[in-house]
Amino acid sequence: MAFFRRSVSPLPAGRRTANDLRPGETATVCCLSDPEMALKLLEMGCIPGTTVRLVGRAPLGDPLMLTLGDEDYTLSLRVSEARTIQLKDPLAESQA
Amino acid sequence: MPAAFTRQRSAPRGPVPAPTSGSVTGPATASRLPRLALIGNPNSGKTSLFNQLTGLNQKVGNFPGVTVDRKTGVAQLGGARRAEIIDLPGTYSLYPKSLDERVIADMLYNPASPDYPDFVVVTVDASNLRRSLLLFSQLADLDLPAILALNMTDVAAERGIALDVPVLERELGVPVVPMNARKGIGVAALRIVMAEQLAAPPAVRFWEPTEELLPLVRQIRYYFNLHNDYLALHYAHQFRALGFLSDDDRAYLAELTAKYKFDSTAEQARETVSRYGHINELLLEAVTVTRTERREPASNRIDKVLTHRVFGYLIFLGVLFGLFEAIFSLAKYPMDAIDAGIAALSAFIQAHAHGPLIRLLTEGVLAGLGGVLIFIPQIALLFAFLAVLEETGYMARVTFLMDKLMRPFGLSGKSVVPLISGLACAVPAIMGARTIESWKDRMLTIFVTPLMSCSARIPVYTVLVALVVPDQTWGGFFNLRGLVLLGLYLLGLTSALLSALLLKTVLKARERSYFIMEFPVYRWPRWKNVGLTIIEKVKAFVLQAGKVIVAISVLLWVLASYGPGDRQARAEAQVRQAAAAAARPAGPDTERAVAAARLETSYAGSFGHLLEPAIRPLGFDWKIGISLLTSFAAREVFVGTMSTIYSVGQDADLGTVQQKLAGEKDLAGRPFFTPARAMSLLVFYVFAMQCMSTLAVTYRETKSWRWPLAQLIYMTGLAYAASLFVWQVFG
Repeated sequence: MAFFRRSVSPLPAGRRTANDLRPGETATVCCLSDPEMALKLLEMGCIPGTTVRLVGRAPLGDPLMLTLGDEDYTLSLRVSEARTIQLKDPLAESQA
Repeated sequence: MPAAFTRQRSAPRGPVPAPTSGSVTGPATASRLPRLALIGNPNSGKTSLFNQLTGLNQKVGNFPGVTVDRKTGVAQLGGARRAEIIDLPGTYSLYPKSLDERVIADMLYNPASPDYPDFVVVTVDASNLRRSLLLFSQLADLDLPAILALNMTDVAAERGIALDVPVLERELGVPVVPMNARKGIGVAALRIVMAEQLAAPPAVRFWEPTEELLPLVRQIRYYFNLHNDYLALHYAHQFRALGFLSDDDRAYLAELTAKYKFDSTAEQARETVSRYGHINELLLEAVTVTRTERREPASNRIDKVLTHRVFGYLIFLGVLFGLFEAIFSLAKYPMDAIDAGIAALSAFIQAHAHGPLIRLLTEGVLAGLGGVLIFIPQIALLFAFLAVLEETGYMARVTFLMDKLMRPFGLSGKSVVPLISGLACAVPAIMGARTIESWKDRMLTIFVTPLMSCSARIPVYTVLVALVVPDQTWGGFFNLRGLVLLGLYLLGLTSALLSALLLKTVLKARERSYFIMEFPVYRWPRWKNVGLTIIEKVKAFVLQAGKVIVAISVLLWVLASYGPGDRQARAEAQVRQAAAAAARPAGPDTERAVAAARLETSYAGSFGHLLEPAIRPLGFDWKIGISLLTSFAAREVFVGTMSTIYSVGQDADLGTVQQKLAGEKDLAGRPFFTPARAMSLLVFYVFAMQCMSTLAVTYRETKSWRWPLAQLIYMTGLAYAASLFVWQVFG
């Protein structure tokens, strides 16, 4: 369960984060790269395995709005914070 | 980690009997009211419930060492029983992420604390049960007797979420009361359940420290004689922040955690994930979601407009304008009434009694009291606005819209509202900074808000601008005086933002600041909550900042009314003799000349003379020096003092004061108030902290004299430097 330790090694190329989502796109959380930030995200319900959907961005591009899980529960977070939410690669998932 | 998921029914409690609640507080228990703490996530309706339970029976104090309001109240329970309720700051877990949340740890981890509750009422959002139960499960594992207030059942029902309350009660091991605190539904049932004096802690265990942690946990537990492993684990996690531990205790824990290579961050993450696993399992049974149609929630549709790139800002601008109008124009009427009322009362007293004590009462105390009461309309209106913005959920959108713009200056999206309010008055504006969660952002906002040009500067600005700036219009549109006035406002705004930037680099953050926040759904405001907020804020201001204001006001009055030795009497005699010699009949002219002479020979006058060498480089003389001192009570007093010194009488209108000032000549016989001198004075008033009420309210909001003092020194220094520059370059 060392999902929050990923930051020690450089990110694998092409690993997408919640900041890379297009508006309306849904993806699954894979891991959280910043240990301290992870604690805050975890207690707010952003756990590996939950789905996140990008609802939209503020007019200046930052912060952004994410809906968690299938509940109507929306978080607002800065780009720097969204970058710590790494997403599962849908291709890798379907092969597994 | 299967051990973590095992659920224990109440029977096997562990080796040490849980010494909860009653037994800890000892013999005093019988005489005092049962104490309960209200705890829950932000936006879970905790404040609504607190208001429902206590109504006007609320007291606001503060937790030691932090700037968190400590709201307590007495609630009537079922069966004519009563209980003392304490409202804790909203939090998502027992691991504090902000200074405010530490209050909870200090209270719940120390059974010897005078605030230690007999039981807790946990408010949870029924439409977000999974997340809400995380906090509940932590509380339950501390063996705190608890009641679950299952709030916002209406929102849950709307979303097709059906909750099986009996199953929840069984799974959670505590009474569960479904309710809608905003509307007051279920509150009666909650009162009855609360009256039943829970003795037993929850009968369910959600999570226990893993095998590897047990050696560490047990050692802490026996060392501190704690009743529970989980509590001991929290000591390991949080000992650095727990105020009630001694330095030796902390050193012991530091050594112990190092010895066992305890990784607090990793363990917290592991625990949280494990708890969610358990909660998910439990909710499978208790919750059924039947979504009839998957339509977009109304909130999202409203957001499309309110956070739109064009309309979003336009609407926000409109809201700000409304707020500004309210505290600027609307508040004027009650403020004028208060002013007139105090003046009438003081005239009435003076008409019926005389003597130095009466003058102290009317001109010192009553004037000071008037100076406190005068702020009530603005505070009430600003907080009515703020409460509605918070209640409806719009404030979160404001933060969302403005965050990127404010961040370069070290301010947050939430700083916008206090800063704009500061254009009307810094006093309510600084109180409004309470909505900013991050300690550093809040301090920055409080620190720079008084630099925004408030309405008390307007009389000073108008007199001086009209004095030296010709009433010209450029291009048939731009009035020169208007442009100068605008320039002064922009100077204030720029200095506020730049000061924030400066302070941002100086001030160390005390905590990691997170922006991440829940976006609450839009709701209609509950007027009861709005009303109680207004009452609470007005009370806090009058009782806490008011004392300081009255004290300074009395002091300033003494300085301006009395002088050393018999200098005042001699000066007065001199003026009267001169009048008699010139064969002028005694009248208002003589009285005004006497007032001017008395003021000049008062302590304030001496101070003005004393100050002159220091302010001469700014182009100021002793007369301005006196006004600087007296206008420390409030900036607009500057005009009144100048009127007295130039013996035009306190009640003269601005035109008369202007004429008098314009007629003032320097030693060489040229007009004293040159554009450069007036500009120097104007710039001084843009920057200077000439307001004891702001200092008093900063003290009340930061709970420390260091902040108002720093503000005073910084702003006065800035004002001095700016005036010096203006006078030395242009004078």
